[in-house]
Amino acid sequence: MAHYWQEISALTMRWVRRLSREKFSMLFTLVQPMLFWLIFFGNLFQRAADTQVMQAPNYISFLAAGVVVMTVLNNGLAGGVDLLFDKENGFLERLMSTPIHRTSVILSRFIFVMAITSMQVLVILGVSYLFGVHPATGILGVATILLIGMMFGIGLTAISMAMAFSVKSHGDFFSVLGFLSLPMIFLSSALVPLSAMPGWMSFLAQFNPMTWAIDAVRPLILSGWTEALPHVGMVVLVMLVFDALCLYGGAKAFRRAMG
Amino acid sequence: MDRTIAIDVSRLCKTYDSHKAVDDLSFQVYAGEIFGLLGPNGAGKSTTLRTLITLLHPTSGTATVMGYDTVREADKVRTVIGYVPQERAIDRFLTGREHLQLLGALYHLSKEEATKRIGELLKLVELEAYADRPAKTYSGGMKRKLDIACGLLPDPKILFLDEPTLGLDVQSRLRIWEYVRMLKARGMTVVMTTNYLDEADQLCDRLAIIDGGKIKTLGAPVELKIALGGDIVSLTLKEIDRIHSLESELIGRPAIKAVRATAKGLDIRVESPEKALPTILESANRLGCGIEFIQYNRPRLDDVFIAHTGRAITESIPESETA
Repeated sequence: MAHYWQEISALTMRWVRRLSREKFSMLFTLVQPMLFWLIFFGNLFQRAADTQVMQAPNYISFLAAGVVVMTVLNNGLAGGVDLLFDKENGFLERLMSTPIHRTSVILSRFIFVMAITSMQVLVILGVSYLFGVHPATGILGVATILLIGMMFGIGLTAISMAMAFSVKSHGDFFSVLGFLSLPMIFLSSALVPLSAMPGWMSFLAQFNPMTWAIDAVRPLILSGWTEALPHVGMVVLVMLVFDALCLYGGAKAFRRAMG
Repeated sequence: MDRTIAIDVSRLCKTYDSHKAVDDLSFQVYAGEIFGLLGPNGAGKSTTLRTLITLLHPTSGTATVMGYDTVREADKVRTVIGYVPQERAIDRFLTGREHLQLLGALYHLSKEEATKRIGELLKLVELEAYADRPAKTYSGGMKRKLDIACGLLPDPKILFLDEPTLGLDVQSRLRIWEYVRMLKARGMTVVMTTNYLDEADQLCDRLAIIDGGKIKTLGAPVELKIALGGDIVSLTLKEIDRIHSLESELIGRPAIKAVRATAKGLDIRVESPEKALPTILESANRLGCGIEFIQYNRPRLDDVFIAHTGRAITESIPESETA
């Protein structure tokens, strides 16, 4: 157990070091493009969006939950990229030829991605606060939002890693990534509530785990515990199933790639 | 030399879909030797190496490293080996020292032990001055040295080198060869893949020539060359019209095994140059053939390779044989 911890902390430190070496990428990791969605999109649609439909005091407070979950989505789907490069340049082989527990590398990646995602979510919530979006459920609600984010993020990161281990080249990886992320966003309740969507879109959006995550985060920000709790309970169940499926697929891909 | 068996490969096969990357391979590596897997790209040498370092599971057959099975006792194998992958397996953002520290933790060394070994290794590979710079600032040779330091960090019984000098300049190459010889002198067993014939010739105690997933021949470079038959004396004659009379004169003489006419002279395969040269010179003199140039060659490993695979190592493999 001590060995396991030694491996995981050393490997996690490596991800942290890599990020800290790239000053630009560190800056852009914190001041992420997702903030633009919140600031520009949120303010841009302030008057175009109908608050009756949104069931929110203004569009930016409606959008906050969507941007939080979009952050989780982007980080999760990109979570396997570094492993992909490790695989391609042989660094992964070097790591796997050492007597480490087979799961250490992957676990270190989960820890790192979850930590970065949580920090970014806090930045999003912080900026939202400046625009007058005060989470109705307080600190405990923010903690719950982080928990939901992590549950969703684990499954997404697992998908991303599974892809990293399966694809032939990183070109493939990024095409699939680019192909997946936009429909995931538009076919969810991130930008518009399901009730305001065309029928076929809202139908598809129901099967998007992202919708469930947003529908739980949104009342935590806008309404309060009574409204939010049933959604939170539901999203925990959905995410348990989602994570189980993703981890199963990820483990299979990993085993195939590692012989 | 110590004849303890360090690695025992028995009837190893690795199949991808319908392509046999490794086809019924059996060989042994003795403790303390430098063993080479020589072959063109796609021959199956990397697949063999990656099976030995537990990263691939054989389709059939077995391999043991220091007595441990590479599948069932992979964890044990991993504690006794060091691995030096091909050049790019470096994290550009980490410094040399950080690479070694990371591996130190993965081999479960204590901080003190790791610090001590890292200091020694950095000195050994002459990277002390650059240890705290990110690896992206390193030259190809320096990256290779760092690679080797990483492979040596666990103080392995067996070191695996995958194409150790691929793409390096001559000086770095010679330096790497020096390290490998030094490690052998310290009693380490070294297994390396290469597609450089001179490297295999200079460095390896024994080598297996692999092509199409099979071992074509195996032995010490000297033995392999001797097995081909004698050394070659090449003559360039001043009087080209007398090539054939000299040829018939030499055929069948003692110490001369074969004579072949070339464009400007003769290639004469001889048993030993001491016995054959006087005969050759005397015959040439008698026939009035002036000799413009005389060259004496031992068979090179290239010749061994061509004799066993039917092509030069630089020629590419026919499409149908690659994956």
